[in-house]
Amino acid sequence: MGKDILKVERLERVFRVGSEDVHALRGVSFTIQEGEFVSIMGTSGSGKSTLLNILGCLDTPTAGDYIIDGVSIRNLSKNELSTLRNRKIGFVFQNYNLLARTTALENVELPLFYNNTVPAKERKERAAAALKLVGLEKRMEHMPNQLSGGQQQRVAIARALVNDPVILLADEATGNLDTRTSYEIMSLFQDLHEQGKTIAFVTHEPDIATFTTRKIKLRDGQIIEDAPINTQSAAEALAAINLQKED
Amino acid sequence: MNIGNLVKIAISSLFRNKMRTALTMLGIIIGIASVIAMVSIGQASTQSVKSELSSMGSNMIMIMPARQHRGGVDMGMSSSKSLDDKDLASIQKNTRYVAAVSPMVSSAKQLIYGNNNHSCSVNGVSDAYLEIRKYELADGVMFTEEDVKRYNKVCVIGQTVVKELFTNGENPIGKSIRFGSIPMTVIGVLASKGQNGMGEDQDDIVLAPYTTIQKRFLGINYFNMLFASATSEEESELAATEITYILRSNHGIKQGATDDFDIRTQEELVSTISSVTGLMTTLLAAIASISLVVGGIGIMNIMYVTVTERTKEIGLRMAIGAHNRDIKLQFLCESVILSLIGGIIGIIFGLIISYVASKLLKMPFVVSQMAIVLSFVVCALTGIFFGWYPAKKAANMDPISALRYE
Repeated sequence: MGKDILKVERLERVFRVGSEDVHALRGVSFTIQEGEFVSIMGTSGSGKSTLLNILGCLDTPTAGDYIIDGVSIRNLSKNELSTLRNRKIGFVFQNYNLLARTTALENVELPLFYNNTVPAKERKERAAAALKLVGLEKRMEHMPNQLSGGQQQRVAIARALVNDPVILLADEATGNLDTRTSYEIMSLFQDLHEQGKTIAFVTHEPDIATFTTRKIKLRDGQIIEDAPINTQSAAEALAAINLQKED
Repeated sequence: MNIGNLVKIAISSLFRNKMRTALTMLGIIIGIASVIAMVSIGQASTQSVKSELSSMGSNMIMIMPARQHRGGVDMGMSSSKSLDDKDLASIQKNTRYVAAVSPMVSSAKQLIYGNNNHSCSVNGVSDAYLEIRKYELADGVMFTEEDVKRYNKVCVIGQTVVKELFTNGENPIGKSIRFGSIPMTVIGVLASKGQNGMGEDQDDIVLAPYTTIQKRFLGINYFNMLFASATSEEESELAATEITYILRSNHGIKQGATDDFDIRTQEELVSTISSVTGLMTTLLAAIASISLVVGGIGIMNIMYVTVTERTKEIGLRMAIGAHNRDIKLQFLCESVILSLIGGIIGIIFGLIISYVASKLLKMPFVVSQMAIVLSFVVCALTGIFFGWYPAKKAANMDPISALRYE
């Protein structure tokens, strides 16, 4: 296998709610290697959102260490964390989080505005290339409200890819979509995985998890299951639905 | 993040919500437009008040011979005979700040026309006198330099004199009035000027060439007084200094010795004018600045609401790598751009309003460059000042809760 992209060691996160301490994470350790497609599962309250926030460098652990692409986030300042998010992480959210009244191309360009190393000229080219990768080369000038839910999520994926991150973090990325569109999006993720992208996919739907290569299951802030799974093809699942419809 | 990107982001954010942007700008537009309009209307009315007041002769200078003491007895004001033709000529020739100068010799006479008679003082002056004292002709002409040279027996009379002598309404022009025994021809009638500040009738006046009065009436070769006007009221003091210098050298007065003449300017009048106009400008500026503050608070209000409304956007920007500083600068930049563009539109509107007002009120159209530059600076400061708090609020958001915000 390839190198370690992500490594968490005995991660703990304690929130103080009123006078009580709430332990959201109680010593979580795992490693994600380059080219893996990991699903992180768990019911609500299991700590998966807290874990995702820490993996996404939006939050810092109370104890334990987190190393992303060889950089430990301990002792990093807020600004350094921001830069890290910009260069190494691509977020895909459940509700897309696209800027309204802004074209798909401009939405995808957005992360590059916060990256001084990318000159203005290159920005458009890279955004267009990312949109082409998700199959939206004909929709570049469309506003979000002119796109379907699936297309909006594709724009969001293109935005996550544009800075060429070491890992894609998807948070319930199919949560707002119907089954058919969910499978289309999963098929896109599988394509990206084929091309060598590392993906961590948070979900609570077991059938979505079957499209990944490894499953990490959380309960009450601890890992209760971490195993490779028998990966299904999203494209085949999609074909099966289409067949059903024709009958 | 570099400034170019920042400005691009701010501008595209403003464009994304054109209606909100326009409404926010409206506050600043009205604020700046009223500042510009108020200041230029203020300055225009200041100018017209000034010209009104200077018609009272605020730039007039009076030169009188000094009091004379003879054997310890004060002989009264203007009792010496120190002012003469030579002084008149050199003041006319050698000054920069003196616009006009006229001598005056007075002689009290009984005026007779037909069965009517009227007693008043006859003033011998030069043709410049009308301009200096702001008299205007109602009819006929003023006597000329030629009349002065030839001691011509002509005169210009005031309205009170007309009323007293020409009781059955005939036209006085061309008629001959007797001054004691000497007949003089009326060639002009002055427009009525009313009473002066001391309640004296300014229309009870007869003007004649000063040479006529000197040679034909009194047999003297000095003047009772000189009247001069400075080029402007501000230059009255300079003009007075020039005249002092000329007269001292003409009269051969040694350094340290006292003048043998008195010079009086209209200082009191001038200081009244400047205090009135100063008060007016301050008042208008105060009113206008209130509307500017209201406009600024409008910006703060909208920016503050905007920050809450755009919480998700802020969360997203932070998630994709915006530093807190980037967020703060973006919002600050938006409010500065808002107020600057609003300011430019406001300046244009203000100029249009003051142009229309000047036409309606028949006042001069004054463009105050100071007001324009100042309001532009105030705009930028307003943007920064009122944008600061909302921008800080945006930058201090926690990205996780901002992303979850519904």
